[in-house]
Amino acid sequence: MTAILRDLLRYNGEFRIGLLLIMAVAVMSGLSFFSPYPPNDVYVVAPDVPPGAAHWFGTTSRGQDVFWQLTFAIRNTLAFGLIVAVLSRIVSLAVGLTAGYLGGWVDRVLMAINDTFIVIPLFPILILFYFVLRDSMSTLLLAVIMASLGWAYDARLIRSIAMSLKTREFTETSIFSGMTTREILMREHLPYVMPVVFSTTLNNMNWSIGLEVTLAVLGFMDINTPTIGGMIYWANQHTAIVAGVWWWITFPILLVVMTFVGLYLLSVSMNEYIDPRSRLARMGGGAQ
Amino acid sequence: MRAYFSYVCKRLAQFVLVVFIGINLTYIITHATPIDPVEQSISAVTAFGSTAPESIAEMRRSLQELYGLQGSWFEQYVSFWKRIVRADFGPSLSAFPAPVSSLIARALPWTLGLLVFATVVSWVLGNLLGGLAGYYRKNMGLKVVGVIAMGLHPVPYYIVALVLMIIFGFIWPVLPITGGSAMNLEHGWNWPFIVSVLKHSVLPALSLVLIGVGSWFLGMRSLVSNIVTEDHVVYAEVAGVDSRRILGSYVIRNALAPQVTGLAMSLGGIFNGAVITEKVFGYPGMGSLLVDGVYAGDYGLVLGVTTISIIGVSLGVLVIDLLYPLIDPRIQVPS
Repeated sequence: MTAILRDLLRYNGEFRIGLLLIMAVAVMSGLSFFSPYPPNDVYVVAPDVPPGAAHWFGTTSRGQDVFWQLTFAIRNTLAFGLIVAVLSRIVSLAVGLTAGYLGGWVDRVLMAINDTFIVIPLFPILILFYFVLRDSMSTLLLAVIMASLGWAYDARLIRSIAMSLKTREFTETSIFSGMTTREILMREHLPYVMPVVFSTTLNNMNWSIGLEVTLAVLGFMDINTPTIGGMIYWANQHTAIVAGVWWWITFPILLVVMTFVGLYLLSVSMNEYIDPRSRLARMGGGAQ
Repeated sequence: MRAYFSYVCKRLAQFVLVVFIGINLTYIITHATPIDPVEQSISAVTAFGSTAPESIAEMRRSLQELYGLQGSWFEQYVSFWKRIVRADFGPSLSAFPAPVSSLIARALPWTLGLLVFATVVSWVLGNLLGGLAGYYRKNMGLKVVGVIAMGLHPVPYYIVALVLMIIFGFIWPVLPITGGSAMNLEHGWNWPFIVSVLKHSVLPALSLVLIGVGSWFLGMRSLVSNIVTEDHVVYAEVAGVDSRRILGSYVIRNALAPQVTGLAMSLGGIFNGAVITEKVFGYPGMGSLLVDGVYAGDYGLVLGVTTISIIGVSLGVLVIDLLYPLIDPRIQVPS
């Protein structure tokens, strides 16, 4: 594990930048535990103060400190992304490994459903969910809904790896040694797909955070839990840009863009590392 | 030919399945949740001022009839499908008495135009630049494009649209930031209207293209940089084939097939982006219709837009799938 990290740090500039960005974002969300203000209180500081020594990122028109508000927002947003990613990984692992290993009609049925979920435009469906649930729509419920819609793309990826694992000799050895299908999938095949699962986790977090921000900005979410999207929503409600309170909208956007780019760079460099061809090319050896 | 025929059949079956599952999903969401759209509509209507209880009961009855919420769940399910086949989503509550289908028919061309234009431009541009960047890896300009693409591609559509709006609306106000055309023009094929439409679509299209180019660029670049190490390319280089011809006929041609599949797979995501972008710029398409429908509590409108989007996107995917054999002739060989 540490050897992989060392290699990545030494040879991969994208990984370094990505790690730096994500560390900064993580520190920011960690700071929320030391916030002097509770997350949901308004008018705790003077409103509309520009960035300065007293309030680093200024204050909002609702009398909140932008910096400390951001720490809560990014924590909730990251947690949301992580929940969606973990839940949807479980589904895509189950579908991908089963379809790839069993093949035949199981594979055909699972992949037909899988492709459907890839193709369907999810945004209108999420909006429809909000439309019928309205105030019962909580952040956790949205995470569960998005996890049950967002597994398909990665399930296909995992299936393709499982299909090649199936033809390897160790799979036959395990069958002859009397292992059940479930044991083969869990104990023999799962470790091989874990690197890919890890890099898709980062991509999936990007996807879900992007949708969460969008839904929250439109007000189609529980807007009282501070999230990045929620902050932009309130800034828009108070027409922050027109009123000249640019710091209210600029800092959340900067932070969330840092998150996106950081997660993306990490997943890209991870993917490159998983593929030995590109890894060797990067290290300056191998067939080039 | 037989192989192509079975390919078409398979794609058609997939299309039917996508629409079937999608429509069922909307049915389940709207019917199996504890919240009743009829009560929602009534509370939306009666939120202001007082209404006599008799007229509320009357309203409830007519709304239930309108939304097909009478009878057993099987009857409701059948009538739900009947209405979708006839594209009849009832009258819109927020634009009463205009039927939802006519609102959608008015919005659809806007979305279609924006979406097709932005998708084609970003796909062609992204693949072209990506192919060049993968082949000429030492070129500084293309490296810079790569860095920009990496920074833009992971950012969601909403954020890019918002930033463009702030830049071109407040910092450097040269382009119209809201609406589909200037208000005072007659709609139709006249010059001032066309110019106004084009001007208004610059920013929405730009925000879609910026993200789109990034993702196609990155995908194409990594595909091409894998293909150039393959034996047939090395052989062509050794044989002294013109490098432009290698790039065009041997490298990009091979990399296009997965990119076409990628286009089919990401069409839903691009549509999501268009929906959001439209809302940001107040563009009069399906996205604005959908979001405004939610704000107004207009059940028929939201359901209609969702259903039509699912069918529309699946149709787009079907068209791309049917064109795929033109790019990749291997599909005609039975596997």
